[in-house]
Amino acid sequence: MAASFTSQNRTLISPAALSRPRGRLVYRIVLTVVIVVFTLVFLGPLYWMATGGFKSAQEVVANPPTFFPHHPKPGNYHTAWSQLQIARLLFNTLYYAFGALAFQLVFDVAAAYAISKLRPVLGKLILGAMLATLMIPATVLIVPQYMTVLDLPVLHVNLIGTPWAIWLPTVANGFNIFLLKRFFDSIPEDLMHAAAIDGASPLRTLWSIVLPMSRPILGVVSIFAVVNVWKDFLWPMLVEPDPKKQPINIGIRSLSQGVPENVLIAALAISALPTLLIFLLFQRNIMSGLTAGSLKG
Amino acid sequence: MAATTVPENTTQGHARRPTRPAGRTAGTGTRRKVKNNLQAHGFLIGAVLCFLMFSWYPMVREFIMSFQQKKRGVTSWVGFKNLDRVYHDPYFWTAWKNTAQFTLYALVIGFAVPFVVAIVLNELRHAQAYLRVLVYLPVMLPPVAGVLLFKYFYNPDYGLFNHVLKSLHLPTSQWLDSSHTAMISVVIAATWMNMGSATLIYLAALQNIPGELYEAADLDGAGLWSKIWHVTIPQTRLVLSMMLLLQIVATMQEFTNVYLLTGGNGPQNSTMTVVYMVYQYAFSYNNFGSAAALGLFLLLVLAAFSGVYARLSRNSD
Repeated sequence: MAASFTSQNRTLISPAALSRPRGRLVYRIVLTVVIVVFTLVFLGPLYWMATGGFKSAQEVVANPPTFFPHHPKPGNYHTAWSQLQIARLLFNTLYYAFGALAFQLVFDVAAAYAISKLRPVLGKLILGAMLATLMIPATVLIVPQYMTVLDLPVLHVNLIGTPWAIWLPTVANGFNIFLLKRFFDSIPEDLMHAAAIDGASPLRTLWSIVLPMSRPILGVVSIFAVVNVWKDFLWPMLVEPDPKKQPINIGIRSLSQGVPENVLIAALAISALPTLLIFLLFQRNIMSGLTAGSLKG
Repeated sequence: MAATTVPENTTQGHARRPTRPAGRTAGTGTRRKVKNNLQAHGFLIGAVLCFLMFSWYPMVREFIMSFQQKKRGVTSWVGFKNLDRVYHDPYFWTAWKNTAQFTLYALVIGFAVPFVVAIVLNELRHAQAYLRVLVYLPVMLPPVAGVLLFKYFYNPDYGLFNHVLKSLHLPTSQWLDSSHTAMISVVIAATWMNMGSATLIYLAALQNIPGELYEAADLDGAGLWSKIWHVTIPQTRLVLSMMLLLQIVATMQEFTNVYLLTGGNGPQNSTMTVVYMVYQYAFSYNNFGSAAALGLFLLLVLAAFSGVYARLSRNSD
């Protein structure tokens, strides 16, 4: 988008103004300032985190702070890794995130497909009720949701401390249904008829026709599913009280109390690394998916 | 906002409802219909059960719990006692004041900054991809990493921020340790972590503005500010107002940042938000009825916000 500038994507400042010597000078200055400020503001803290993990216990709380660690101590990272059991916390997070993703993909895709293409009786009503949940702020429901997970209605099962307590509630996501249903609506009815005439069952049609056409929206839903679990804090804190089963956000916090500052910072750096790497590798796909797919903040 | 687009979608679906490929199925029509319906509900059942258990039922339960009290294992109806008790909590208004304060700061900082950043980024012909990645980087951090990192920076004795202020010969601050600056410190940290997504959304909206509008404005001799005021903002109004509502609703539910940065209460209860108070009622005092009642207050306030918003956006169209 930034590469070609025809009159199509002309912006606030006209190309003519930019090509004047004064305009070019101002542009150069603004560009430099923006690059320097952004690098400081957004990379600076990450640099501080990475190097903070190498500092000794005295140096990390030294005043004035040091820009480079004087005597780098890679041992901090090792201590953090083993003492805070970051590997386990990361594994838990992935386990919750991808489990939630799998449940959302199976149940929400099936539901949206049924509402959009199979159109059962009461389908509209169910859709309306699902979308109505978007109007209810999530935290308001935390308390009754917690009570429900404590003792599931009818089944009388307690889900606290099990992964189900994180996986299943993520399926009740009106936004997924909205995105998927809207996308499925755009798949031509003729294709469905053609499949029906060829004798394909609804499941076969979903699998061989609808899903291959829906890759973009499935990508968006998947990113949201993983990111939501990755970012969630209050809910997993409530339903996973066992430190061995906690995701990284809660685990690091609850273990952080008795740990020296430099080890804690090393732990933060390790915990940040996986997603940062994934993001840098796939940033093009992730960012275009996020902006194209929806307007959820 | 989703709700406004939905009816349009469903009617569309309705209009395209196919006349079922009749003909050969005429004889067994009803049986076939029943079979099709059963099949379709089979596809729906997983999601419906999850909605039922984790969304619809809790919604109803939220109302019921607000009027119930559980004592020694016996649940009884207590009328408005919970609401009354919550309302007369000495910190009720403190929590609302703090929440309003957080929302206000988040609007001034968290709403304006990403928009300005997006406008500037959109003008740059170089390094745009690099800068966009930079802005989005903090969004990818696990919240605990970003928040605890800021806590380290905010430390009044050895934190980075006071050191930078001191070397610039500016007055230093107590940040999270003072009741005056605690909330704004939380907002700054939250903005740093979350502004990436808003910036990307604004950038996408800015790139959809037709270039001819700016060219026409140039011909009329419009300056930079009047172009922003008369072209950029009106053209992005829809996205701006939608983000405004989303942000108000989200910031009114603030919990995580406050809890991680100040432990929830903060100095002299200066960062105690409504949701933190709900959390305390439920999980510190074990008083689920009052927690639900306070949640009900929050629900009503947010519903009022959404209602006013829906009203305003309808009037202006």
